[in-house]
Amino acid sequence: MNLNDWIKNNTMHHSQFWDLKKLVEEKEKQNLKISLCLPTLNEEKTIGKEIVMFKSELMDRYPLLDEIAVIDSGSTDATREISANFGAEVHLSSDILPQYGEKKGKGENLWKAVYQLNGDVIVYVDADIKNIHPRFVYGLVAPLIYRPEVHYVKAFYDRPLAFSQGIRPSGGGRVTEILTRPLFSLFFPELTGLVQPLSGEYAVRREVLEAIPFPIGYGVETSHLIDVYEKWGMEAIAQVDLDQRVHRNQETRDLGKMAFGILRAFLYRAEALGVIGTLPELSTELKQFQAHDEEFEQVTHTIVEEERPPMIELPEYREKFGIK
Amino acid sequence: MEIKFGSIDEILELLPALPDKLRGIQETLIANLIMLSEIPSPTFEEEARVKLLLQRMLESELDNISTDEAGNGVGIIPGKDPSRNILLVAHADSVYSEKVDHAISVLAEEIVGPGIADNSLGMAVLATLPNILEMLGIQLNANLVLLSSTKGLGSGNLDGLRFFMDNNKIPFEAGICIEGEKLGRLSYTAEGMFRGHITCSIPEELDWQRVGQNSAIIALNEVINRILEIPIPKRPRTSIVLGAIRGGKSYNVMATHSSLRFEVRSEDAEMVQTIRERIEDIIAHASSPYNAEFKFDIVSSREPGGIDVSHPLVKSCRMVMEKLGVQPTIRPSMSEVSELIARGLPAVTLGITEASNLHDLNETIRIKPIYTGLAQLLAVLLAIDGGFCNEPE
Repeated sequence: MNLNDWIKNNTMHHSQFWDLKKLVEEKEKQNLKISLCLPTLNEEKTIGKEIVMFKSELMDRYPLLDEIAVIDSGSTDATREISANFGAEVHLSSDILPQYGEKKGKGENLWKAVYQLNGDVIVYVDADIKNIHPRFVYGLVAPLIYRPEVHYVKAFYDRPLAFSQGIRPSGGGRVTEILTRPLFSLFFPELTGLVQPLSGEYAVRREVLEAIPFPIGYGVETSHLIDVYEKWGMEAIAQVDLDQRVHRNQETRDLGKMAFGILRAFLYRAEALGVIGTLPELSTELKQFQAHDEEFEQVTHTIVEEERPPMIELPEYREKFGIK
Repeated sequence: MEIKFGSIDEILELLPALPDKLRGIQETLIANLIMLSEIPSPTFEEEARVKLLLQRMLESELDNISTDEAGNGVGIIPGKDPSRNILLVAHADSVYSEKVDHAISVLAEEIVGPGIADNSLGMAVLATLPNILEMLGIQLNANLVLLSSTKGLGSGNLDGLRFFMDNNKIPFEAGICIEGEKLGRLSYTAEGMFRGHITCSIPEELDWQRVGQNSAIIALNEVINRILEIPIPKRPRTSIVLGAIRGGKSYNVMATHSSLRFEVRSEDAEMVQTIRERIEDIIAHASSPYNAEFKFDIVSSREPGGIDVSHPLVKSCRMVMEKLGVQPTIRPSMSEVSELIARGLPAVTLGITEASNLHDLNETIRIKPIYTGLAQLLAVLLAIDGGFCNEPE
């Protein structure tokens, strides 16, 4: 498929799916089960609102969701208590598949959700969204319900509050524009069709999720896109404009860590797929500067981008879901 | 739930178990609250918030869902006896402009955000009431007319509610005004009130001879001093509140404009009128010494009145509160209830929960007491519906 055609056909706006009654009817006709996963680490300020909103609007009022689960990385604030108060299933990531140990990172929670949750589709929504609205879920799920060829739906956000001219720049955040997009342009040009490849909200069919590995850290979104593209092609990917998303802004320094993790995950993928030659052993240390008066000092962060195997390779998973 | 009651005592017996039952509505109520509250709704610009309420009413399949020329949102939960009607009002406007960040935070015990108590919660209760009645399996005898009124606050002067009461043809038995705060609030009397705005302007030309004397601030100060000299009686209870003062531009620039916003309240209509006339006199005499031009506008006003403390509606409210362990706080009101009472409709204002930081950006309500507040509202509704709040013929 030509990239321009893909952008035209596979880029949607959430308002196309406003008719929730119709969406639920179609979902029920297909006998689909849909699970919402909220990965958390200390999100007490925003998690309650997300759960209340999704439970009321997308479970009680329009039964689009069959399950709302918080997969928590060991929050030290009231995240788990609030989540349970408002009716979500709450799981400690370390309690799921404990025989495989505990690794730190959002990707770990997303991977464990594939085992823990029961839906045919899993929607992942970050727990730090201030302006939460049901569209964050139904906007992502709808293309999977209406279009059987679509397997992986990614959110993007594009509604500037004010803009005077007809043409305006659009795209992702800082890490997308200075790292991921240049890398995709060089090695996977078709993936540049995604407006915000790093957005944390996406809905995916189980057959995809169980078949791909999960980097446990920052690289999970990038490597998922590459894997889905390689295995199923661009036709399987769609993106939905969810308007605006208000969340915490990250420090540039934290973006450095994120970029480091993404770059490592990307390079290993590119190497494994034969897109680039053999790499030397990659360092796990990111060095940044800090200054005391006139003295400059290097700070070293160790960022290990470990990877969890495709869930379908685990005997526990095959048993739970009756896969022979 | 059985809704044929022989006496109010039978309703009271249900009360202790009711708050727990009402927890079942938690997510629906809070989601309505968040969605309504995050739509800015300053006085005169309530359209978008009212539209969402109407959408909720539509989903609950209410009757006669509509807006009127004043922008009020109305829907009716039909009862078994179409000739009977009870009015429930929650004002739709808030004091925050759309520039304010309206994001709401939901914490374990509390919900925080601008206007969450006044009056997003009141409106969310209206939006959720059809679900509550459905959950409890209650169909009342009387129609419940749910009204979210516009143009209530400040210079809105209750215009939305006034328009509705002037133009609708439905005869009401009683009215309940719902406010987010505070649980135990019971208003059934209205103080007389007017809100005034005095502006002072002086000519702009420089007059070095009179620098220091000729300033809009000094002229207004003189007016304020005179207002403070007006004798205020203890009975009938009367007060003058000087609310806001503005004027001038910088340290060394003579002020050419100043303004004062104030409110006069009294239990006695004549006293309100007397004070108003005194202020008009003060203004008339203040102009010449300062070569100043004064303007005095009445921004809004209310007539005093009320239903009697022994009215069965008031008695029922007190009995319900007592049964729920809620301490009634009796306060005269100048909000929607005053307008209903002035029109001869027995009416009360009830609050739903405990709140703090009122009218600050971090206005906060407590979640747990909401269910007691809802139980109270339901019980009063059932009492009115059962005919236990009518005055003896």
